[in-house]
Amino acid sequence: MVIERKWKKWLMFYIPMAVFIVFTLFPFYWMAVTAMRPDGELYRTFRQANATPFWTLEPTLEHFKGLLQTTAFPQWLWNTMLIAVVSTIISLICGMFAGYALARLKFRGSEFLGTIIFITYLVPQTLLFIPLADIIRNMQLGNTPWALMLTYPTFLIPFCTWLLMGYFKTIPRELEECARIDGATRFGAMIRIIFPVAIPGILSAGIFAFTLSWNEFIYALIFMSSAELKTVPVGVVSELIRGDIFFWGQLMAGALLGSIPVALVYSFFVEYYVTGLTGSVKG
Amino acid sequence: MANVTIRDLNKNYDNGFHAVKDVNLEIRDKEFVVLVGPSGCGKTTTLRMVAGLEEITSGQILIGENVVNDLPPMDRNIAMVFQNYALYPHKSVYQNMAFGLQMRKYPQQEIEKRVREAADILGIGPLLDRKPRQLSGGQRQRVAVGRAIVRHPEVFLFDEPLSNLDAQLRVQMRVELKRLHERLETTAIYVTHDQVEAMTLGDRVVVMKDGWVQQVGEPLELYGKPANRFVAGFIGSPSMNFVDVIINELGGALYAEAQMLRLSVPPQHQDRVRAHLGGRLTLGVRPEALRLASGADPAGYCFDTAVDVVEPLGNEILLNFRAGGAPMVARVDPAVRVRAHENIRLAVDPARVHFFDEKSAAAI
Amino acid sequence: MSAAAPTERGRVSPLVRLLESESVLATALLVPGVLILVLFIAYPFVMALWYSLTSIRVGEAGQFVGLANFAKAWNDTIFQTAFKNTVFYTFWATIFKLALGMWLALLLNRSFRFKRIVRASMLLPFIIPTVLSAFAWRWMFDPTFSVMNWVLYHSGVITDRLPFLSDGDWAMWCAVAVNTWRGMPFFAITLLAGLQTISPDLHEAAALDGASAWHRFWHVTWPLLLPVTLVVVVFSVIQTFSDFQLIYVLTGGGPANSTHLIATYAYQVGVASGLLGEGAALSLFMFPVLFAVVWVQLRYMKRMEGH
Repeated sequence: MVIERKWKKWLMFYIPMAVFIVFTLFPFYWMAVTAMRPDGELYRTFRQANATPFWTLEPTLEHFKGLLQTTAFPQWLWNTMLIAVVSTIISLICGMFAGYALARLKFRGSEFLGTIIFITYLVPQTLLFIPLADIIRNMQLGNTPWALMLTYPTFLIPFCTWLLMGYFKTIPRELEECARIDGATRFGAMIRIIFPVAIPGILSAGIFAFTLSWNEFIYALIFMSSAELKTVPVGVVSELIRGDIFFWGQLMAGALLGSIPVALVYSFFVEYYVTGLTGSVKG
Repeated sequence: MANVTIRDLNKNYDNGFHAVKDVNLEIRDKEFVVLVGPSGCGKTTTLRMVAGLEEITSGQILIGENVVNDLPPMDRNIAMVFQNYALYPHKSVYQNMAFGLQMRKYPQQEIEKRVREAADILGIGPLLDRKPRQLSGGQRQRVAVGRAIVRHPEVFLFDEPLSNLDAQLRVQMRVELKRLHERLETTAIYVTHDQVEAMTLGDRVVVMKDGWVQQVGEPLELYGKPANRFVAGFIGSPSMNFVDVIINELGGALYAEAQMLRLSVPPQHQDRVRAHLGGRLTLGVRPEALRLASGADPAGYCFDTAVDVVEPLGNEILLNFRAGGAPMVARVDPAVRVRAHENIRLAVDPARVHFFDEKSAAAI
Repeated sequence: MSAAAPTERGRVSPLVRLLESESVLATALLVPGVLILVLFIAYPFVMALWYSLTSIRVGEAGQFVGLANFAKAWNDTIFQTAFKNTVFYTFWATIFKLALGMWLALLLNRSFRFKRIVRASMLLPFIIPTVLSAFAWRWMFDPTFSVMNWVLYHSGVITDRLPFLSDGDWAMWCAVAVNTWRGMPFFAITLLAGLQTISPDLHEAAALDGASAWHRFWHVTWPLLLPVTLVVVVFSVIQTFSDFQLIYVLTGGGPANSTHLIATYAYQVGVASGLLGEGAALSLFMFPVLFAVVWVQLRYMKRMEGH
């Protein structure tokens, strides 16, 4: 360790760290306070003397009640969950297979295919949403969960493939060679030996993919039109703003509730998430 | 129970590397054959082709009567022990050993019986419920061997199985492997870069270099009659001394001459060496074929030199010196008292002198 | 030794046996993923190219119009603004994310109490759906009820409200700020992972040589961190350049179309107004920039592999 003086540590570490923490977390605090503030208190301008923006003396659950009663919020939550889980599973299976093939099998064009998958990894959703909406419509998938369950994998599969390919490469080849000598087929060795050994990597890819699906917005906005089929982000945007009126209390309650599942999943698997995150940019 | 036949075996990698060249080998049933050579000599590639892990470029491999070229590893009824043990980290010791039998759909009872039996032979009975990461290096090694023997395969393949162990454990496991082979009587092919392991374990030893088989023979045959300069230098420790000599004739007798060195050509070599009269050869003599000269030694087999470094090892003393322009080692009796920089006179055992062609390096 | 295994051959079905061939197995394993990517990326890409050359609208087939859509966009002042905004937004947000992310990574790389929980909570902005957190920001920027105006007003810095989102220039800077807030943790955590691979010995050696903290950073940390930094920047540039959600929620492109990004404008034209051809052409304006960035990245990866 390089030793430093106390005042210097305050100046160089504690103060900046505190600023970072406030900057990072304040919006979430703000979300929570707003969600629990009664309407009467909510709409006081910044000039009003009785405005107390940082806390409330009369916390209330009326916005949560309103949210649950007047909108299909629980349904959105369920949709988001279902779509995130199914698209994550589809992507994981495709990613595990493709990642294994690219990491371990010799075949013509493997390098080329690896590059192609890396390129698709970098294609943003906003480049293709217009024709994609048409394709979804033509396939009769519009306004069904399958529209999202099949399109989310377009950005999740390249990511899962990329991450798992790296992970498989760290597993000694001898493990599967030994399994094949022990009587397993190539496919059997992959399923029975390599995949179980790669569980930490698979979990990382899965957690990261889940948060990405939960976060997705533009496809959900365009492909889903019925209120009861929407995902949380789209539902909150399109149903809680009527005309020009923002129901801030309910909006923030929705934002808070909509964030909790993904935050929970994240908090249980922080280490795996971080591995997925840092692995996502490894070349 | 099978012999293994390798015919004109070749391996070319995609990058153009020719790893194995025209290897022919007949491994008899129950025989323990060791492939030995420096890294990159093609020994591991050969073994992996026998295992089915590496495609064969040309040639044939037979296990028993069957050509196995196109059989996947699972159909070859072989077992292999890897250098890094390749234990399945997510399975217990028991599951590791049972896996091969489960894949072949043996009944549960039979699996249980065989695993217990193998565990008893190897003394790993108490470890059956542990995971590989909870085992020491030596224990892992035993599990890897156990996993191979439960299968009762036709052929055992060993790929440098002792290289990851420390020196003491390696010697111990070497003996155990030998004992195990005597007990199981299964054909075994063993790859190592360690010539001591090769000599102690092998019924026969195959020395390889640059993809070619240099010599096949029983350990003492390789030691006593090396086919070429490479085998002569590779087998034995410290390795054989070599010196480039010119063959001259003086009064009807043949001499091998180098800088400040003149040795008689021993009678058993006379005829063959005479063909190279006036030409160059490489003379080889093992450190243990040198001793301090006494009056009884014929002068033609003696030479004078100054000791450079003395290495007293207890059971023997190694004397480092130069002769004929080459660095040499003599391995002498520990009772001998010699100090560094002392002038000494050494005698060569005429029965143990080797000559090698200068160009082809083949023994003459 | 006992008899050979019960059924040595024919133990597995011929189909499974076929999969023993590496190329057959590889094909079988790649088909599901590649199929989805072809269907929902390659095919739409071709469609996008085709649409951009036609006058197609929702419910109307349209006809080939050559490069008219691109020409129209080129002369469209809203698009010109959107393009400038996109470059501005990408440039500044990336700079801030890199600088602040690096700083945060350096702070997190020290040992302190509650480090794990601090590190975990620092990633929250990146986890929580952008749309939802962007609403919190929009509410914080609200002209009348803004908490920021409250703080500044009551601390005497301002006497009148600041026009956070009601002025185009202000709004772009606000968007940069929110994007920085959201993307900074990604930079911080990946850079932190890079930092942790740097041996502390190097720092101690440099400190013994009398290097100041700044020198240690500049001559030891930064060069070693450069490769991972480049990759993170590439990813961030792509994400930021093609961003949609944040502007959609914060300003919706307003006021008076002054804060559109390429993606939000393409959405407005292609989806909201139903002009598919023109919208597709607008999206495709992102392509050259994205392609260049990806190309640079691929070149870089190839070079790294060579070493």
